Amino acid sequence: MSMISTHKKIERNVTVLAGLAFITVTIGGIVEIAPLFWIDNTIEKVDGMRPYTPLEQAGRDIYVREGCYVCHSQMIRPFRDEQERYGHYSLAAESMYDHPFQWGSKRTGPDLARVGGRYSDAWHVQHLTNPEAVVPDSVMPKYGFLADTDLHVADMKANLTALNRVGVPYTKADIEKADTDLMAQADPNADAGDLEKRYPKAQIRDFDGNPDRVTEMDALIAYLQVLGTLVDVNAPAAQEELAKEKGR
Amino acid sequence: MANKRIDEATQTETVGHEWDGIEELNTPLPRWWLWSFYGCIAFAIGYMIVYPAIPMVHKATEGTLGWSSRGQLAEEMKAADAERSEVRAKIAAVDIVKLPEQPDLMAQAVAGGAAAFKVNCVQCHGSGAAGSQTLGYPNLNDDDWLWGGDIKTIEYTITHGIRQANDDDLRQSAMPPFAGVFDPQQLDALATHVLSLSGKAKPNAQGAQIYADNCVVCHGDKGQGDRTVGAPRLADAIWLYGGTKADIEKQILNPRMGQMPHWGGRLDPVTIKMLAAYVYSLGGGEKIAQTTTPEPVKQDDGQPQQ
Repeated sequence: MSMISTHKKIERNVTVLAGLAFITVTIGGIVEIAPLFWIDNTIEKVDGMRPYTPLEQAGRDIYVREGCYVCHSQMIRPFRDEQERYGHYSLAAESMYDHPFQWGSKRTGPDLARVGGRYSDAWHVQHLTNPEAVVPDSVMPKYGFLADTDLHVADMKANLTALNRVGVPYTKADIEKADTDLMAQADPNADAGDLEKRYPKAQIRDFDGNPDRVTEMDALIAYLQVLGTLVDVNAPAAQEELAKEKGR
Repeated sequence: MANKRIDEATQTETVGHEWDGIEELNTPLPRWWLWSFYGCIAFAIGYMIVYPAIPMVHKATEGTLGWSSRGQLAEEMKAADAERSEVRAKIAAVDIVKLPEQPDLMAQAVAGGAAAFKVNCVQCHGSGAAGSQTLGYPNLNDDDWLWGGDIKTIEYTITHGIRQANDDDLRQSAMPPFAGVFDPQQLDALATHVLSLSGKAKPNAQGAQIYADNCVVCHGDKGQGDRTVGAPRLADAIWLYGGTKADIEKQILNPRMGQMPHWGGRLDPVTIKMLAAYVYSLGGGEKIAQTTTPEPVKQDDGQPQQ
């Protein structure tokens, strides 16, 4: 039987066509996607990455809820112009505990991958309340209501447990203390316990300028202030190693 | 299959399909298209050899060129740095205190600083460095300085930041909140006294007494301020958070205190030096001699005089 007549059979039998198309797409998928699960340099091995604290994680959830990712990316690409403006390019390792990641594909606003520590907390409050006050040309909506909304997380333990199941290395202690950690990080009067030991570089303070309440503003600013600060990418040794790496 | 034939009108072979008398011409692909296609395949093979491509057990093949996107970036940054390296090396070599004495180098430092200012500082201090009184960001164009306005002090402030965590040498101070300490009449007297320091109100004895008891340590007996703790000068017309009596009372009750990130880890020392030169050049830069503290004089007990 010639090839053309075989093909004719496939064309005229929709089940066979679908089956063979599926096999073809599967092969393509295996070739392109599967190696990422075994090659070593998909995610760099770096020092300093840790899971988000409960407060930062709650802030991240607010970030996602409010759709910040629609206008803000969190992915500095390895180009000179981006590096000059936003800082060192993002590493895959820096978003390995993000589920889902916030790389984004559109920048109406600036990239936020390294916004942590770049502004004061008060600036963030002013900017979120009325972006035009500090950036006259801004088209960003106002988020002042976050400062009036008490932070309410239904079950922080369950959130961390869920993240733990998809591979974020929260310890038992982290999950046990999730609810106290959540509030203690934004309350200067509370005893944060060993929060800072379990989450190195955690910033423990009142973020929104109102120490009496823990608001959604506290959580969001805590999250923004930690972005891009965990890995010391600018250390000379790290720089050299990244530049030398081949096959990427 | 059987119906393959030459179409009479076009002299082209048909593909042999036939549905209800409708047939399809088997027009051959244009040669240029076909050869472009083969060319692409050949190029792809070459590309896979030269560039990183095929995933192996531990990593992808490196490609004979040894190219990586990050390596390319590192080279581009190096090339860009090399173009600036001469000026930067000169700026790095000169003591920042002596920088204003070299007009050519200073001009280049100011230009570089202006560029860095536009990227990193305008969000708070404004594109003209005029700050904002409603938001509480200091104007950098005037000659009123919280922590000192000579070029070396400015450099220190930029490097270590103000009241923002994560730097051991940050500038730190706090004004205590006086909410609940004074009754309204006392508060009024105190605010009036503060206004009187700059001649905007008449002095009053009660306010002066409260001021002497609570405020002089940092703000000075004549309201001259104290730059070692960033206490603002109260005896001038420049106000960080507003100069009306209401603004002053608000500030006494629940003081706002500005924060500035430290730029030491984020920007390189030469860029910070250029930023300091730019801020210094804006109009209020002070001569170093004006602000340096005198050398400690040895007392008899061998302790430095305070």
